[in-house]
Amino acid sequence: MSSTMLELLWPSLLETAIMTVAAGSVSLALGLPIGLLLVATDRGGIWERVLLNRLVGAVVNAGRSIPFIILLVAVIPLTRLIVGTSIGVAAAIVPLSIAAIPYYARIAELSFREVDPGLIEAARAMGGNRWTIVSEVLVPEALPGLAAGFTVTLVTLIGASAMAGAVGSGGLGDLAIRYGYQRFETDVMIVVVVVLIALVCALQWVGDKTAMRLDKSGRFRAER
Amino acid sequence: MNALTGLLGALTAEPTDEAGRPPVVRLAKVSKRFGATTALDDVSLSIQRGEVLGLIGRSGAGKSTLIRCLNGLERPDGGEVEVDGRSIVGLGERELQPLRRRIGMIFQHFNLLSAKTVADNIALPLKIEGQGRAARRGRVAELLDLIGLADKANAYPAQLSGGQKQRVGIARALAARPALLLSDEATSALDPETTDSILALLKDINRALGLTILLITHEMGVVRAIADRVAVLDEGRIVEQGPVWRVFATPRAATTRSLLRAFQPTLPEALAARLAPGRGARSVVKVVVVGEQAREPLLAELALTIGARASLLHGGVDEVQGRAVGALFLELDGRNETSFAAAVDFLRQRVSEVETLGHVVDDA
Repeated sequence: MSSTMLELLWPSLLETAIMTVAAGSVSLALGLPIGLLLVATDRGGIWERVLLNRLVGAVVNAGRSIPFIILLVAVIPLTRLIVGTSIGVAAAIVPLSIAAIPYYARIAELSFREVDPGLIEAARAMGGNRWTIVSEVLVPEALPGLAAGFTVTLVTLIGASAMAGAVGSGGLGDLAIRYGYQRFETDVMIVVVVVLIALVCALQWVGDKTAMRLDKSGRFRAER
Repeated sequence: MNALTGLLGALTAEPTDEAGRPPVVRLAKVSKRFGATTALDDVSLSIQRGEVLGLIGRSGAGKSTLIRCLNGLERPDGGEVEVDGRSIVGLGERELQPLRRRIGMIFQHFNLLSAKTVADNIALPLKIEGQGRAARRGRVAELLDLIGLADKANAYPAQLSGGQKQRVGIARALAARPALLLSDEATSALDPETTDSILALLKDINRALGLTILLITHEMGVVRAIADRVAVLDEGRIVEQGPVWRVFATPRAATTRSLLRAFQPTLPEALAARLAPGRGARSVVKVVVVGEQAREPLLAELALTIGARASLLHGGVDEVQGRAVGALFLELDGRNETSFAAAVDFLRQRVSEVETLGHVVDDA
């Protein structure tokens, strides 16, 4: 690999990492509570608010259904408001986060739903309140699933950040488009794709290990 | 009705605590419906301090609903529920929470938190109560000793056997020193040997701590092993209740009889098939003996006093709550009405229950 290739690749890899980690963190911070809210407010949930549940559900669905490439352009005014510009790494984090929040919210919701209702009943029978149920039952019991789901979200974000390259976000996707596609430098494109594959594989490996380590029920181990 | 049945009647009436304290649980005319189905229908029931009450019924009889009315996990549509002298009907979730801490509960599928160690599972009720880490640690160590799992403090539930999991469940239920323990089919997922050890543990706890226990089950064997009294629930109604030995000896409701079938001697099929109503040369009489009655030389006395020669067709005497409880099937010559009636009268004075089943028709 030539030194020019490395010079191109390294900053791009860093940009991709920043976008993925930043948008991932936002999705974790906001998507997880939304997922919890979706489970808690549902019929028979620990904080039954059916109307609110439908409303939040509809917003999440809307967020999930907009194609990312359209979202990317549609939120430009908002991006300008928050970041001050619509181009570059910081600007790409806004649409990436907006896409990742409902995505992770649904994944988190699924993980929370997998928690045995008998455990919630046991906590209630012990005299626990809602906070007890969330902090002692729902979150710890769903943790392996939440971790596995977060890995899926990060991998999806790596793919989406490449798409954000189309609007000049920087990152590996941007590099592949500018050099590989627009300048017909196929070798750059191949190297970028290989780096992306390696990145995703490494991330998935770490994610699997983490989920397995968090899982004390033997469920994750058994499935693999 | 003879003197003994009168006594039995008195025993099955509403029991009162010798010290005059209120019952730990009192249900009065409790009803609960789920849509079109009636889960509980006019249920009245009391549990005295230190008592083990077995609540038995088939699945869908309303047992789970009833037990959940006691800690407010279900709200009855009507009636009164008192726990520890306090009415809990109409209380909000926030008011119920401190009350629930006084009621331990164990479950069929244990319901242990898989992400917490054995010690942390047992400590959870104490954490909910707001106890500090040091206080929790001491209590947890005590409980681990009680259930004999001190070496498993840092294990996760997935590493335990079913019986060990239920022991942890019991320790967790006892952690906050409850006034009442609810057991929801706690041994139904366990094998017979483990069931026996769990029931023995519960009985020990009942004796040692004087803890009141309500256990719901569909197995009469469980009731027989540890309960003092039994209540039979069928389609949301209590169809029978009384001391376990009494119900085992003379079950009255059809549901009770069918639940007890495996525990009671029945007429051998070959004979039952040839049984016809009325008297005959081979009349069959079923007698139920309880306690001392089982020791008396019944057949010899029958022959000496009445001159009736009875032969024993089938039967068995078992021990329930330390009392002999048995059923014997006798064959008597029933051709002479007067002497047969005299024999039956004699039996009635000596045993708890006499039932003329009919007579055996010989194969012609």
